[in-house]
Amino acid sequence: MDLTFSPKEIAFRDELRGWLAENPPAPEPAEGGEDEGGEGAQFKWRRDWQRRLYDAGWAAPAWPTEYGGRGASLTESAIYFEEIGRARVPMAANVLGLLLGGPTLMVWGTDEQKERHLPPILSAEEIWCQGFSEPDAGSDLASLKTRAVKEGDEWVVSGQKVWTSGAQYSKWCMLVARSDNEAAKHKGLTYFLMDMEQDAVQVRPLRQITGEAEFNELFIEEARIPDANVVGGVGNGWKVALTTLMNERAGLGFALQIRLRQLLDDLIAKAAERGLLDDARIADALAELHVRCESIRLLAWKGLTDVERYGQPGPEGSLVKWLWSDTNQRLTQLAVDIVGPEALTAGESWSYELLRARGNTIEGGTTEVLKNIVAERVLGLPRLKVAA
Amino acid sequence: MDFGFTDDQRDIQRTARDLLGERARPERVREHAESGRMDTELWRELCELGWPGIAISEEHGGGGLGLIELGILCEELGRSLAPVPFLPSAMAAAVIEHGGSPEQRGRWLPSLASGESIGALGTALDGTAEFVIGGADAQVIVLIEDDGSARVLAADEAEVSPLASIDPTRSAARVSAEDGGELLADGCAGLGRALVAVSSELVGVCDRALAMTVEYVKERKQFGVPVGAYQAVSHRCAQMLLETEKARSTAAFAAWTADSDPERLAEAAAMAKAAASDAGREVTASAIQAHGGIGFTWEADVHWLYKRAQVDAVLLGGAGRHRARLAEILADKVRASAAA
Repeated sequence: MDLTFSPKEIAFRDELRGWLAENPPAPEPAEGGEDEGGEGAQFKWRRDWQRRLYDAGWAAPAWPTEYGGRGASLTESAIYFEEIGRARVPMAANVLGLLLGGPTLMVWGTDEQKERHLPPILSAEEIWCQGFSEPDAGSDLASLKTRAVKEGDEWVVSGQKVWTSGAQYSKWCMLVARSDNEAAKHKGLTYFLMDMEQDAVQVRPLRQITGEAEFNELFIEEARIPDANVVGGVGNGWKVALTTLMNERAGLGFALQIRLRQLLDDLIAKAAERGLLDDARIADALAELHVRCESIRLLAWKGLTDVERYGQPGPEGSLVKWLWSDTNQRLTQLAVDIVGPEALTAGESWSYELLRARGNTIEGGTTEVLKNIVAERVLGLPRLKVAA
Repeated sequence: MDFGFTDDQRDIQRTARDLLGERARPERVREHAESGRMDTELWRELCELGWPGIAISEEHGGGGLGLIELGILCEELGRSLAPVPFLPSAMAAAVIEHGGSPEQRGRWLPSLASGESIGALGTALDGTAEFVIGGADAQVIVLIEDDGSARVLAADEAEVSPLASIDPTRSAARVSAEDGGELLADGCAGLGRALVAVSSELVGVCDRALAMTVEYVKERKQFGVPVGAYQAVSHRCAQMLLETEKARSTAAFAAWTADSDPERLAEAAAMAKAAASDAGREVTASAIQAHGGIGFTWEADVHWLYKRAQVDAVLLGGAGRHRARLAEILADKVRASAAA
């Protein structure tokens, strides 16, 4: 057991830390009107930030050098997200392209697809979104109904997608659709890259409980997708989608873990300011959150380094997401007791965190599904038989 | 960064698990639990193998290994519930080794390392410790007072009254000594290590409780299906794993800090004990529940785990006390950063 970084990893961290210190992002703009290109001020700010990361070679260090990355190891990649989180800089505008789309193309894409798509993902010239979930296909993703019909050398796609973040800014959508109605549930799916710039694709913001619209609904009516934009072959969509989903779990976890730590530190400071650290109940609850935060950090690192060193992931992946989401909800709930009315005032950051946290146990795999995964795949319990 | 064990550590783990799997079978543990006697034959064997001295320095006759290795043995002994006084003896030795003077170390440690003497460690109020595990078998007793001062005594210097613990796999006693014994220079210096040892034992208890439960709910059928297929049961098992891994990760971190980053040991040990105390109670209680009616019977072995966990959970302070300690550490950090 050695819980320290290697000299190479420390050098990587210090270089990034140094760059971030010397190149802070522009001040965060207030969310405002859209400019001619249809970009909100916040989004433009994040796009500009990604361009600066790109110019310095920091947009996607985990990508291989041949695609413009640094070929960073899993540990270095985790260090990257920890440092990005620690510096409190914005998330790159094209986060889904960088973390999900690019890596999926690297595994399943043709040479032409990689050559065409990877550079503009990296530079934030073309933003990507993810069209997986549907109103009737959430946890049971493979039951999705959006259909794709081949006509000549293109596909005609119709259906509805939901929870599509960034769709209003996106040029490309990673879309999973049913290309074969006859085939078994998981076998009839195909993974496409859909051009969002066509009238057949309508984007409607989905207002969430925080009042803002982080996500969208997509209404797709006979959209056209050239056959060349099939990723990983017709009928292979489920496997390609799993590659995307695996990348979703891996990368972001480290940034979220640091974000949780910062929120806890802020809350402890707030409690100190109000003299509440002497309150036994508050002190006990904060200490429990501290234990959980540390445990999340340790389990996240253990999961990652076990893969790196022994090639095998332990049970940590699902446990970390479960524990993180539950802990963030507890933390933001406790904040209401510590911070007081401000945490119940619309537009304040603690009230936003309180409301936003309710999504944590749903997005990226509900806690119920994670418990099923742990029970079946880690503990080997019998799979629940569901009526067809 | 590597959370794995070294080859040597893995060997220790494998050897311990194989040995205890053979020598501390459930029926043998039960036999000793029901008669209320420690397994002297097994204890002798463990002493010959050098277990009691594993983390005591070579200078004093020990194996000179670290807290990670000690934690591995504690976990395996917790898993098997072997009726031997390993944990109390190792805790007493840690407190003497890290808080005692060179003379005290020279006087007390060699016999604890060889196992010739059995040690015990208790928290006392004005010279009386109400519940000292291993106390009835011990020749060397360390009493830690609320103010952090600690004394080491030969058992015959104290009034030792054996108690009938709910966990009969290990003896317990009320120990009283108004005066006498030797004051240790720093009563608290070894406490972090003792906390890691008991936390590691609890991880082993949780791990075994979960394994027994998973095995049972796969076999037990009701309404024609294994009960483990019901989410009410399977999600309970998943929760047991989460609690166990929370305890395991914090105990491993604390063991690592003891050997490699001692300045963080106090905080890490408090985290480990807080997590392990909660996990021990919840996981073993869940194990009884998931076993259904059979789990409430004397003949099912799951209750021994519950009883061990109950005793360990409060040993050297329960989860609440360690969270209070953590809150103090967090408050100190806030003050330090405000001053900076």
